[in-house]
Amino acid sequence: MLTCDPQSTLTREQLLWLYDRMTLIRAFEERLKWLVETGVPAGPVHLYVGEEAVAVGVCAAMEPTDWIASTHRGHGHCIAKGVDVRRMMAELFGKATGTNRGKGGSMHITDVRVGMLGVNPIVGMGVTHAVGAALSAKVRHSSQVAAAFFGDGAANAGAVHEAMNLAAIWRLPVIFVCENNGYADATPVEYAVAGKAIADRAAAYGMPGAQADGQDVLAVRAAADLVIRRARAGQGPSLLECKTYRYYGHHQGDNPLRYRLPEEEHVARSRDCITMFRDQVLRERWLTAADLDAIDDRNQTLLDEAVRYAEASPLPSPAELYSNVYVEEHA
Amino acid sequence: MTTAQVAERELTFSQAVNEAIRQEMRRDPTVIILGEDIAGAAGRAHLGLIDAWGGPLRATRGLITEFGPERVLDTPVSEMGFVGAAVGAAMTGLRPIVEIMFVDLIGCCYDQLLNQAAKMHYMMGGQIQMPLVIRIPYGTRGGRLSYGGGAAAQHSQTLYAVLAHIPGLKVVVPSTAYNAKGLTIAAIRENGPVVVMEHKFLGTAAKGHVPEEPYTLPIGRAEVVRRGQDVTLCGIGRMTHLCLDAADRLAANDIRAEVVDVLTLAPLDEATILESVAKTRRLVVVDEDTPTASVARDIAARMADQAFDWLDAPIKTVTAPDTPVPFAAVLEAEYTPQIEHVLKTVSALFG
Repeated sequence: MLTCDPQSTLTREQLLWLYDRMTLIRAFEERLKWLVETGVPAGPVHLYVGEEAVAVGVCAAMEPTDWIASTHRGHGHCIAKGVDVRRMMAELFGKATGTNRGKGGSMHITDVRVGMLGVNPIVGMGVTHAVGAALSAKVRHSSQVAAAFFGDGAANAGAVHEAMNLAAIWRLPVIFVCENNGYADATPVEYAVAGKAIADRAAAYGMPGAQADGQDVLAVRAAADLVIRRARAGQGPSLLECKTYRYYGHHQGDNPLRYRLPEEEHVARSRDCITMFRDQVLRERWLTAADLDAIDDRNQTLLDEAVRYAEASPLPSPAELYSNVYVEEHA
Repeated sequence: MTTAQVAERELTFSQAVNEAIRQEMRRDPTVIILGEDIAGAAGRAHLGLIDAWGGPLRATRGLITEFGPERVLDTPVSEMGFVGAAVGAAMTGLRPIVEIMFVDLIGCCYDQLLNQAAKMHYMMGGQIQMPLVIRIPYGTRGGRLSYGGGAAAQHSQTLYAVLAHIPGLKVVVPSTAYNAKGLTIAAIRENGPVVVMEHKFLGTAAKGHVPEEPYTLPIGRAEVVRRGQDVTLCGIGRMTHLCLDAADRLAANDIRAEVVDVLTLAPLDEATILESVAKTRRLVVVDEDTPTASVARDIAARMADQAFDWLDAPIKTVTAPDTPVPFAAVLEAEYTPQIEHVLKTVSALFG
């Protein structure tokens, strides 16, 4: 098991960045929810609200050239890794200016320029791709590290276990980040996951495994920093289980109160990652309310711009249907 | 070396594949190969044990001694995991060649082919490339054992139709040592995913002239391998050899068969087949796969659509039946298309 120091000092810029990214994700998802509810056909969307500290805490410990592979609930990972929210919003609107030129939608948002290897809705598959990216780093003697985000649902998928075993035997620079939000669709984790903790499964592959409070962005960042340093130093993979909670249903429109109680939601929301972080940085006098309010305002403006950009962008031309079926260039 | 000596250089199909991979690994340090037992005795070089198998069909023998375990990676029995790792590596700067031991095992990693490798370039709006080669042995032994049987229902299938069906995946089926080398090198140099189907029986049985220098053959191109006027026989992989043997026998009856080696199942070279059918006015497609929703019937349907006005006879297919592959040699022989089936089918067109 890992021990780490969540109190490790961060600079003012780093603290501002954590708040900025968490609130931008929250604002993006709340805006998207409102857009879908008012009739924008954004396709099936899986909102990340409540889990922001995990993506932001992990990506805070990564380099811009590092890679992440994501899940169906991927908007938060994208924003934390630096994907432009204007191009994300345009993708959700099915526009030619979207990250994927309107050919992917919510469940395939990708931006390799910032190391975001793809939202992936076939549960567990992204984990294998992160392992492949780590293999690429090792073979090419680059210092890049890959992070594989996956949920408690994917923790039971064979692909994830195959990927962990491969990463361990080849000592690859990859970290496995399990976002345990308590539910795989409508199936509770205590029903579907054998054993006491998903983190304990790391022992089977001879790698470190640890749990972190997924509502505490500083705790996630500190734990991620430790395992990413290990990976970058050639010491192999680790598994980090972050206990978190999704505030809304599995997908937009799903009513979670059909499979969980209001009291549970209430308790979970009382430990909101953004509120907790805001209270802490003000209490410790690391940042001021003015600092944080300015970020909130800026992010709302950014989203207004993103929606305007998406609305004003052109639709893909019909001929786009036929482009990129095959890769045209050769080595 | 004189020209005569060069011309005499013969390799088996497997040796040609081995040479193709070896030459590309020398040419490009980002080419790696991974799969189960592609070397064997992994991690035991310190005991003097290395390259125990060189691949289940020996096609990768010697690669680990030249390129080392960093680029020649034996994998655990984890098809979903290691094909996924190859997909991730292909997205991030490597050019992986992955071997799936037999096509029957694609069920263990189908999502990586179906939803991942084949679709990523498209669904990501063209921003990633997927220079991935998936080598897959396939096929029956054709009942050629004198007693006993073959590898039965889960180790003898053909199944390329379920790969050719997937948009974004190119599927090639070499038939000779010469085109195995050229198509394998072409596949490695492609920036998108290419499946190379290698018939188990051809690995050692197909032997022929192979130039030593690297060369590519075009993916997406069929080849007329025998000229004729009276009927077109369309073969895939080992079935091309059956078509050529049948053409020899038909010639004795004054039926001049043209043989088209399909070579690439997706994207299919309709033009070459159409040109041949327009000339011969008769078509028989010979395919070792089961017939329902098959490549054979796809070719037949395309030609029925485009060559209808020229045809003098109904288009016929010679395929395996819609059954699992049986074990006993006598049953496997009954399952696998044989030359008699081709001759009988062609003769009926001239009744």
